[in-house]
Amino acid sequence: MKRYLLQRLLLFFPTLLGSLTLVFFLVHLIPGDPVEVMLGETVSSADKEGLRRAMGLDLPIGTQYLRFLRALAQGDLGRSLYQQGGVAELIFSRFPATIELTLSAMGVALLIAFPLGVLAAVKKNRWADRGALVFSLLGLAMPNFWLGPLLMIVFSIGLGWLPVAGRGGPQHLILPSFTLGMVMASVLTRMIRSSLLEAINEDYIRTARAKGVSEWKIWLKHALRNSLLPVITILGLQFGALLAGSIITETIFAWPGIGRLTIQAIQTRDYPLVQGCILVISTSYLVVNLFTDVLYRLVDPRVSYGG
Amino acid sequence: MGDKLSLRAGVIILAALLGLAALAPLIAPHSPTEQNLEQDLLPSSGEHLLGTDKLGRDILSRILYGARVSALVGTSTVALSVLIGITIGSLSGYFGGWLDHLLMRVVDILMAFPGILLAIAFTAVLGPGLDHVILALCLIGWTGYARLVRAEILAIREREFIQAARALGGSPGRVIFVHMLPNLLPALLIQATFGVAAAIIAEGSLSFLGLGAEPPTPSWGSMLNEGRQFLLVAPHLTTFPGLAIMLTVLGLNLVGDGLRDRLEKRGK
Repeated sequence: MKRYLLQRLLLFFPTLLGSLTLVFFLVHLIPGDPVEVMLGETVSSADKEGLRRAMGLDLPIGTQYLRFLRALAQGDLGRSLYQQGGVAELIFSRFPATIELTLSAMGVALLIAFPLGVLAAVKKNRWADRGALVFSLLGLAMPNFWLGPLLMIVFSIGLGWLPVAGRGGPQHLILPSFTLGMVMASVLTRMIRSSLLEAINEDYIRTARAKGVSEWKIWLKHALRNSLLPVITILGLQFGALLAGSIITETIFAWPGIGRLTIQAIQTRDYPLVQGCILVISTSYLVVNLFTDVLYRLVDPRVSYGG
Repeated sequence: MGDKLSLRAGVIILAALLGLAALAPLIAPHSPTEQNLEQDLLPSSGEHLLGTDKLGRDILSRILYGARVSALVGTSTVALSVLIGITIGSLSGYFGGWLDHLLMRVVDILMAFPGILLAIAFTAVLGPGLDHVILALCLIGWTGYARLVRAEILAIREREFIQAARALGGSPGRVIFVHMLPNLLPALLIQATFGVAAAIIAEGSLSFLGLGAEPPTPSWGSMLNEGRQFLLVAPHLTTFPGLAIMLTVLGLNLVGDGLRDRLEKRGK
């Protein structure tokens, strides 16, 4: 296990460095002059020169890159051009809202997918199974930038049951969580159904049946438990997708998280903030994937650890 | 659902949508960009079947022309991605060694990014426009095809018919294109079908965020973005373009599912 962890970590750091580099060059190779874009054409060339020097943009790109890495190692993501405070501060003040939303979306997805997936497997090829299939087909085909506004039209504007937008009590969380969690719910429903159906044909299930174990116990205790592993993997991989998907959901519901901050930064051309947001989201994605991988190895007693 | 039923339903939906997109200039009741400010935000009527938007443009006509935008972005993104993916994947799989290592590390790094995030960053930097959207989506899009092609080439590299082709003096290019790629086509086709669906949703997302199609291009995503301000007074601005996206993606996913089931059955 130690050796596996070490190998996985050894792979993690070059990938992280690669993605940091990619983000740096993406933001710094903007065609045209970012200073011109930020200040407009009316500002004097002396002022532009001043800002360029202050941002270190007059240095060769290689030097800028090394400076960027050095600052990053010290946890310094630079300063926002328009908002008060450092980029890191701004991002981490918004981070809890995003985590709250993604975890809650994950909860919604699990609450939908488990009963539906189990039902579909137990009632294979019956109407309940077909219903679950239609649900997951529609869930995958409905983009969240449509589902969100639709839910808003029905539940906030039409019925007046839930708040339209913003962050507050638990009722504020319901619509954004559904919007963000729907794709995951669809993927998981299919996954749980198919892994349950695979498990139910195994020898140990036949043994349990022969011993007279009740049918519901066979499904829930024997089959479900063994089909949990692929579900964990999907959860981990999809959690990263949720982080990225939160950009759109947060924009729809004016949710004050890091996704909305990213879009605001893009709209105001606040490049240091754009760069910081993308760095933080993609690094979280990498870290979550790393944890999923390790957790998978820890949970599954069948996986050998090598060496 | 049986694979035949799924495939048939998907093909019917897609054929209908493609037909509508192709015939848009003939069947659209109005111009998709013609404004009429006196007739803004109208609900459905005989004159405007799906109503009008904030500039008085006919929504049905915009949806019909929007199908062309989606088809264009979906197919060009996937075509370009497949082309890059085949090139990189076959180089990697056929030659192996350090080249394979290098190329696959690049793939790892790109795949370590949530796709839509990189596309958002890319279009934010380059500015909006459909050509930038297509480029942004290809930036990560090719990696999946490269991995697929590489894996399949590794799997058949040592088979007799490939060794025979090599022994007969076939150049690497000839062996790859004439002997190997035809074997990969079914798997590539399935992945490409899902790829078109993903590209259409991604274009919609970018346009929804204001980073995709530029006005007055009738993209379904930007129509949804415009509709957002009028949820209260004109919910039809949101309902119909979204329905179009959902139908398209549903059709593509059904075809992809059907093809995959068929391929799996044939493999057994």
